[in-house]
Amino acid sequence: MTFESELYKGNFTIAECDKCKKIVWPPSEFCNNCFNQVIWRKGACEGKIIEFSKKNNEYFCLIEIENHIKVIGKMTSGIPIEGNKIKIDKCGIRENNYFFEISLI
Amino acid sequence: MSKVGIASYGITKFSMEDSKIESVLLESTKKLFDDTPNLSRKDIDAVLVSTNNNSKYLSAILSEMSGIEPKIAHSIESLCNSGTNSIVSAYSYIASGLADVVLVSGAERYDSTGQILEWDNSRGEFKHPIFWASIFTKAYKREFSITDEQLALVSAKNHKQSQHNPYALSKKVYSLKEIINSKKLTDDLRLLDCSRPCTGGASILLASEDSCKKFTDNPIWITGIGQKTMSAGFTKNMAFSSMESTQYAALSALKMSKHSVMDVNVAEVHDAFAVCEPMALESIGFTDKGKGMDMIKELHTTNNFKINPRGGLIGAGHPLGATGIAQTIEITQQLQSNAEKRQVENAKIGLVHNMSAAATSSTVLVLER
Ligand SMILES: [Zn+2]
Repeated sequence: MTFESELYKGNFTIAECDKCKKIVWPPSEFCNNCFNQVIWRKGACEGKIIEFSKKNNEYFCLIEIENHIKVIGKMTSGIPIEGNKIKIDKCGIRENNYFFEISLI
Repeated sequence: MSKVGIASYGITKFSMEDSKIESVLLESTKKLFDDTPNLSRKDIDAVLVSTNNNSKYLSAILSEMSGIEPKIAHSIESLCNSGTNSIVSAYSYIASGLADVVLVSGAERYDSTGQILEWDNSRGEFKHPIFWASIFTKAYKREFSITDEQLALVSAKNHKQSQHNPYALSKKVYSLKEIINSKKLTDDLRLLDCSRPCTGGASILLASEDSCKKFTDNPIWITGIGQKTMSAGFTKNMAFSSMESTQYAALSALKMSKHSVMDVNVAEVHDAFAVCEPMALESIGFTDKGKGMDMIKELHTTNNFKINPRGGLIGAGHPLGATGIAQTIEITQQLQSNAEKRQVENAKIGLVHNMSAAATSSTVLVLER
């Protein structure tokens, strides 16, 4: 199993080092603190908006998941506010890019 | 440790020309040779090429086309700060004694693949630089209560200054209104807030103290170097309204030069987007957090060219691999009192700030006459 093979199926998985008790992001086979092999677990898929802007009619938001992972996702409905709680509704890989679709909780 | 100086330089006009990368490299190298009568091909120990271009073996190719047979020849790529990184490598070769005279040549084409960091998947579908720039701009405006109208001053100032730069891509002056009404790329970014990728080349000759004197009566010394890489991914930045890597790099460069930021008379800062200029000024320490726009407004209204005299990246254009070298050439000209209509009076100490990929990495140089 790899992060990307799971992401292709629409699953957001998290790499964690059980020695350091730390999330490893960007996802990697080895911990970037101790090079221990990571353990993969299902992500909570909930987080908050750090910052956002808008291109045409689409909001793109910098979000933080599990207080550690920051990615840029697309808001599918609603108007974002910094600090708002969000969830990842859909994620995957298309045209060689990861994508994250989010909405307010 | 031997002093390392800038002995000569050559630069091409920045344009949207569809030139071969090899021709762009050769053009600025030829200009450097034309301007340095005492320079013989045999003097050059190392040829370093700075570019994000996908062509391979460019330093050997440039050497062959220039009739140089260097001991050391290789390329250096670090996205937008490849240029100053190459200068630091050249410095190190000379300071260590491995080389005495080094030619550094940077070049890029308008369609460079170096604009997008494919690896950075944390950016999701939003990999183009306009997206990190929008996040930076939004964060900066929100934190310090800055408006789009205020930020438009950066572009107005830098376009005004690039008018007097014979090598600049842009020769047009823009009003604040024209900048604010330029094409809206995102809610937080307009077309004239952005530097434009372009075709351009810049070469610089670095040499030890003794050799410098052979090529010029007016050498400029590199007295401070600071570099810091925090991460590769944009979202790993700790803050989005300041540049942490720049703060570290500026501190070490100033410390090495034994100067304070207040001693700096002229500086080129990496204004890839308008918001980067106040952020850089604050992170280098020219002014307090949130006060960058006050400083820029003061400079603009008093027609003071202290920051980005050649027009910065916004006015001059941004041929990635050549940018850091072009910035260093500008400060060299300023310190040699050769900057004509852009001249900052009595400039003795200058600073170059060059960064890459949303300030994940920065290089700062201090130059002195
Ligand atoms: Zn670990």
